[in-house]
Amino acid sequence: MPTKHLLKIEDLHHSFGEDEVLKGISLALNKGETKVIVGPSGTGKSTILNNIIRLVPPVSGKIYLEDVEITSTKKINQIRQQIGFVFQDFGLFNHLTAKGNVMIGLTKVKKMDKKEAEKIAMEELERVGIGGFADSYPSQLSGGQKQRVGIARALAMKPKLILFDEPTSSLDPELTGEVLTVMRNLAQEGMTMLIVTHEMGFARTVADELIFMEGGHIIEQGPPEKLFKNPEHKRTREFLFKLTDLYGEGEE
Amino acid sequence: MLDIFLDFYPLLFRGLGVTLLITLISCTSGTILGIFLSLGKIYGNKLVSRTVTAFIAIIRGTPLLVQLFIIYYGLPAYGIRFAPITAAVISFIINSGAYQAEYLRGSIQSVSSGQLKAALSLGMTKWMGIIHVVLPQALRRVIPAWTNEFIYMIKYSSLAYVIGAKELMTEGKLIASRNFQFFNVYMVVALIYLVVIIIFVHLFNKFEKKVAIPGFDFER
Repeated sequence: MPTKHLLKIEDLHHSFGEDEVLKGISLALNKGETKVIVGPSGTGKSTILNNIIRLVPPVSGKIYLEDVEITSTKKINQIRQQIGFVFQDFGLFNHLTAKGNVMIGLTKVKKMDKKEAEKIAMEELERVGIGGFADSYPSQLSGGQKQRVGIARALAMKPKLILFDEPTSSLDPELTGEVLTVMRNLAQEGMTMLIVTHEMGFARTVADELIFMEGGHIIEQGPPEKLFKNPEHKRTREFLFKLTDLYGEGEE
Repeated sequence: MLDIFLDFYPLLFRGLGVTLLITLISCTSGTILGIFLSLGKIYGNKLVSRTVTAFIAIIRGTPLLVQLFIIYYGLPAYGIRFAPITAAVISFIINSGAYQAEYLRGSIQSVSSGQLKAALSLGMTKWMGIIHVVLPQALRRVIPAWTNEFIYMIKYSSLAYVIGAKELMTEGKLIASRNFQFFNVYMVVALIYLVVIIIFVHLFNKFEKKVAIPGFDFER
C-alpha cells in the first residue's frame, strides 16, 4: 500500500528464537521529522532499526520507504543507499582513513569518480567538524571523532533518512556532547532521523515525537513535553520520571 | 667448502633459480587458491563449505610426498603426464592452498562481523563487502603466517628432487655423487637455503611494515 510518509512501519514483529522481541510495532516518519525511541534495555528498540534496512530481516510486518515496500523488495541494496545507519560501536572500516571511510560508499556503491567522492567526503567531514582528521585511521581517533566519521559516512550517501542506533552509548559524557551537537544541527537542517538513545535531555529538546517502548510494544508516543509532563500511561511516567530524577530535566 | 661453491656455483645457482621459481609460483598460486577455499568455507553454501572442508582435511591429512607421487607417478596411468617441475608445482600449489586457506579463515574470522554489517548498510552486496572491507583487513593479518608458509615452501620444494626436478637439492646431490664430498656439498647447499631465507624474511618484514595501519593489529 503506497503511503505519503517517508518511512512507514506496519505491525512489525520480530523474534530471536522463541523470544518475541517486537510484538506489533507501527510507526511513521514524515520528511524532516526527528523521532526518538526510548525505553528499557532489551525491548527491541535496536531491532526495529536493524529490521528497517534488513540487516536483520523482520519476521513479519511491512516497512515502506515512500512507495517501496522494503520488506519485500529484491533491491535491498538500493534501499540501503537511501537510508543512513549510524552504529553504536561506530562500524568504521579499520583499514581506511576517516576520508576513506566516507569515500568508499561513494566510489564502490555509487561508482562515483574518485576526485568527486573526495570532495564530498571532505565537505561532510567538515560538516561534522573533523575535517582536520581526514587522514587519521580509526584507531587514532577518539570515540566522539569516530562517531562523527560514522555520521559523515552516512551523510555522504545523501540519504533520505538516517537511523541512529544508540550513537552515544559507547561514549563518555564529554564525547557524547560533541556527537549530540552534530545530531542537533542535522535536525535543525531538516534531516529526517529515527534515533534510539538513552539521552533524555537530547530526546526532550530535539525530538518532534518521543516513542516510549517496553516489552516489544509501543506504550506511548507523542510530543516529548507531553510524555515528560503529562504521560497517559503509568509506565511511561515511571520510566521517564526515574530518568529525570537521575539526570535532571536535561539540557536548557 | 668455499672451493666447492666457487667450482660449482653456476650449477648451484641454476638449481636455486628453479627452487625459487617453484616456491614463488606455488606460494602465490596457493594464496589465490587459499582465498577461494577460505571464502567458500566461510561464506559458501553448505555444499561448497563441506566440499572445501573435506578437501582441506584430505590435503592436510596426507603427506606432501605421497601427493607428489600420486601426481607424478600415479596420474600417467590415466594418461595424464607432467614434467617433474610441473608435477612438483601442482602438488605444492594444492598443498599450500589448503594450508593457506586455514590461515586465511582464521584471519577473516578475526575481522569483526560489524565490519561486514557496516558495509551492507552502505548498500554494498555481501561480496562487495568481503572484497572491499573484509579481505583487505584479513590479508594484512595473514602476512606473518604467509611469511612462514613461504619459508616452509622454499625448504619443502627440495622434495621435488625425488622426482628429478632440477632444483637446488638435486644439483647438490649430483655434485656430491661425483666428487663424494657429501659433507661439504650439503653444507654449501644448506648455507644457500639459509641465506636466501634470511633475505626473504627481511623483505617480508619490510613489506608487513609498509602495509601496516596504525593501531590496526590491536583492533578487534
